[in-house]
Amino acid sequence: MSALPATPTAALDGVLQRHGHYPTELLQILIEAQDLEGWLPAPTLTHIAQSLHIPRSRVEGVAGFYSFLYTQPVGRYRVLFSDNITDRMLGNAELMDALCRKLWIEPGKLSEDGLVSIATTSCTGLCDQGPGMLVNGRAIGQLTHRRINEIAEMIRQQRPLELWPAEYFQIGDNIRRKDSLLNLDMKPGAALAAVIELGREGWLQEVQKSNLRGRGGAGFATAVKWASARNASGEPKIIVCNADEGEPGTFKDRVLLNSYADLIFEGMTLAAWAVGASEGFLYLRGEYRYLLPQLEAVLARRREAGLLGRNILHEPCFDFDIRIHLGAGAYVCGEETALIESLEGKRGTPRIRPPFPVTKGYLGRPTVVNNVETLAKTCLIALGGGEAFAASGTAQSAGTKLLSISGDCAAPGIYEYPFGVPIARILEDCGASDTQAVQVGGAAGVCLAGYEFQRRIAYEDVPTAGAFMIFDGSRDLFDVARAFVHFFAHESCGFCTPCRVGTSLLQGFMDKLADGHGAKADLADIDWLDRLLKNASHCGLGSAAPNPVIDTLQKFRPAYERRLVSLDFEPAFDLDAALAEARQLTARDDPGAHLHTHEEEEK
Amino acid sequence: MTKQFLLDGQPVPFEDGQTILEAARKAGHYIPSLCWHQDFPPHGSCKLCIVKAAGRHVSACATPAKEGWEVESNTPEMNGERRGLLQMLFVEGNHFCPSCEKSGNCELQALGYEYEMLTPRFRHFFPERPVDASHPDMLLDFNRCIFCELCVRASRDVDGKSVFALTGRGIHKHLTVNAESGRLADTNFSKDDLAARICPVGVILPKGRGFAVPIGERTFDTETIRSKTLKEEES
Amino acid sequence: MSPAPAPARKLRVATTSLAGCFGCHMSFLDIDEHLFELVELVEFDRSPLTDIKDVGPCDIGLIEGGVCNAENVHVLREFRRHCKTLIALGACAVNGGLPAQRNHLPLSECLREVYQFRPGLENGQIPNDPELPLPLDRVRPIHEVVRVDYFLPGCPPSGPAIWKFLTDLIAGRTPRLAGGLLHYD
Repeated sequence: MSALPATPTAALDGVLQRHGHYPTELLQILIEAQDLEGWLPAPTLTHIAQSLHIPRSRVEGVAGFYSFLYTQPVGRYRVLFSDNITDRMLGNAELMDALCRKLWIEPGKLSEDGLVSIATTSCTGLCDQGPGMLVNGRAIGQLTHRRINEIAEMIRQQRPLELWPAEYFQIGDNIRRKDSLLNLDMKPGAALAAVIELGREGWLQEVQKSNLRGRGGAGFATAVKWASARNASGEPKIIVCNADEGEPGTFKDRVLLNSYADLIFEGMTLAAWAVGASEGFLYLRGEYRYLLPQLEAVLARRREAGLLGRNILHEPCFDFDIRIHLGAGAYVCGEETALIESLEGKRGTPRIRPPFPVTKGYLGRPTVVNNVETLAKTCLIALGGGEAFAASGTAQSAGTKLLSISGDCAAPGIYEYPFGVPIARILEDCGASDTQAVQVGGAAGVCLAGYEFQRRIAYEDVPTAGAFMIFDGSRDLFDVARAFVHFFAHESCGFCTPCRVGTSLLQGFMDKLADGHGAKADLADIDWLDRLLKNASHCGLGSAAPNPVIDTLQKFRPAYERRLVSLDFEPAFDLDAALAEARQLTARDDPGAHLHTHEEEEK
Repeated sequence: MTKQFLLDGQPVPFEDGQTILEAARKAGHYIPSLCWHQDFPPHGSCKLCIVKAAGRHVSACATPAKEGWEVESNTPEMNGERRGLLQMLFVEGNHFCPSCEKSGNCELQALGYEYEMLTPRFRHFFPERPVDASHPDMLLDFNRCIFCELCVRASRDVDGKSVFALTGRGIHKHLTVNAESGRLADTNFSKDDLAARICPVGVILPKGRGFAVPIGERTFDTETIRSKTLKEEES
Repeated sequence: MSPAPAPARKLRVATTSLAGCFGCHMSFLDIDEHLFELVELVEFDRSPLTDIKDVGPCDIGLIEGGVCNAENVHVLREFRRHCKTLIALGACAVNGGLPAQRNHLPLSECLREVYQFRPGLENGQIPNDPELPLPLDRVRPIHEVVRVDYFLPGCPPSGPAIWKFLTDLIAGRTPRLAGGLLHYD
């Protein structure tokens, strides 16, 4: 077994020490251990396993699960181009190609001197200011050829990231329309003071009156969730804020975390008051790691102000504190049970339900998992009362919704609307024209065609976690669906058969059509796969994975049909290319050394 | 009065907390499975036990039975989906039955027969999965892994060794062993472990006694997986 | 099982072996005395049994073996063009089988190992005669190259399995292999 050099071991032990050698901190330890050398060499995993007294196989299992953990060397400059469809529409492929050429490397490979590696990553939540990238975890938006040239130069000069121009790292909020939440100017602690006045029971009743439903998309009644956790046995109870905003096209949590963090943390504390919880976690997606220092600062300030910790606002027996837990590139961790597994320092595999987290969540304890926006909204209820909150929006969808608007429009950014707003109104407000389709709710959501633009954003019509991607007449909806299919195949956790294999098979069929090998029979196979994914998958990721294909096949079918080269059957691969290696080995190029890929050309 | 639900129209009694799969098998009705094992909590990854309960697709192994439910299992629709799942398992790995020592005793193969899978239907992935022959007594042929995690669970929860774990994600997920070298010989694995004999397919095999039983006399040459499973349930 | 009702005319059947070992054809002959019944119901077109070189219009085509080279592709396409019903016969046709075990090795490694690196072949070279079909980079099951109507797995499928399959087909029934006739080995 190879010994570690002395310094990393000391530094690594420091990391382990800081996390109290708790196995539940494994993911956090791995993230910080990786900071030491840029990747996780095998001896590092062994050392971590020994120090935590857990099997090495478990450490390797976790290290291998998350996209941002590397068990193979990566560049000292690790460049990841955001690869959402909106980044693609803004030309990210060309920019990545340019950077690769300038630095003489191939995508996905490490430069020989170990200086740089360049690859793509799932949506980084910069769709309003794309194309985006992450360099060693730091977000850069608004990429242009000029910026790429400068970045290539700075990497070549090995200029430390801290010395790169500060404006590179400025991520704007781009708030375009404010309503009750974004207009709320609350003194930290004001909502808390109000609910302590109401008492725990009174506060829960207020939330019930508000008809607040989860803003993560599923729309579960918040008061019901809180009451279930409150009534469940087991201590201490846990409040989790799900800031693993991984749905492609969504970035509203980024803005709330950046500029409204007090509302979020206060909302978590309000939930703790209702539930009787004493521990809180904010699960921050790895892509937003750059927000960590400022979020920690807000937490520190709140502790100092008596808004977190023991006896909050001098209320006896009101103890609650919040820790921030980092993700590391896994969309599936947005699913609440996968998120809890991840919090426990494990692979982010969704659990079997029941039991639900409200009865058995983090370490088997009653756990409330709420979306960032949901928690922020509870401040409105605390300050203005449940009835006032319920008065806006629609019958089944109280209050407002933050929309993350991107794609083909003049003013991408954050828009807050009361529920019930028609799609057409939103399109008008953000300056969209010649709109062909809107993808609402991200890759897992719904693709709306022009004839549906009178539909409304509401749980009872078009529910959404907030993504709103616009495609004008110049876009090919097949490309859109294919991008999302690739996304799901990349993000499948691989736990259940239908999702693990089905997303890859579906990707294969979409690529077959894209590569000019499509046949009518493939559309039937795609239909069949869509159904099996939807029916048989273990969690929402798998059952949502076929959504973009189902919708576009129905509403934009010609985008598929025009790609067919056969009405019957067509191989998925290029037959002549399959002979290329043999041609090269035999130095042959006679007619017999070739095959026509399309049979009819043969005679 | 005992509670009951209807399985394909037939009443099946159950006790509170029993899953659809447990209650059905106890009553003599077969619901297939690969990752389920009576000595372990439900896992729910293979999805072969998929049934339609009250109109919704669920894993029979992980879903507690409910009074009055109508459950569809042995129907052309559900069996068609199971066949599809089997086809997925066959194309994602390298399942080459004629040269596999487990052939005839393999549950994946037996389910292929049970659900009349005549073709893998999709394109084969032909993944690269080198074998590990380092251990003196046991061979690991990862080509056949179906990710049921029975070895993972047996080694962790019964043998107390955690010799096996899954790493990677999605279609790149794979089995790994508890050694920095990645070699089974460098773990404390023993041929006497439960994990050494729990693999439903041909990944974990004892060395030195392949093809011991002639074709025609192997487990699933003489009976179907359906009848074998139900017989074991009775005893 | 008796093949009733009999078709109005004799069905025309063609067979071939691509990247196979002719084991499936041998197994075909293992239907023994049923061969007498069969020749009452079918007549053979291109097949190792007839030595006819080119396939003509047929009702049924039986393909043994996977697709490993350019000639396999041509023959398979000929069969597909001429056969109303095309059947993958045996493991290699169904999933690539033994020949597909080379798919984990680069083709160059395979050919060099065979023609250049073996003892006594120090000056050997990879044959490049234009008469020889070039190998594909990977061996493919036949359903990855043409549309296939039915699959009859087994290495080889047993005589009784083949007989059951054919009698079903000839009688106009969708073939089924239940009750111990279905094997992958």
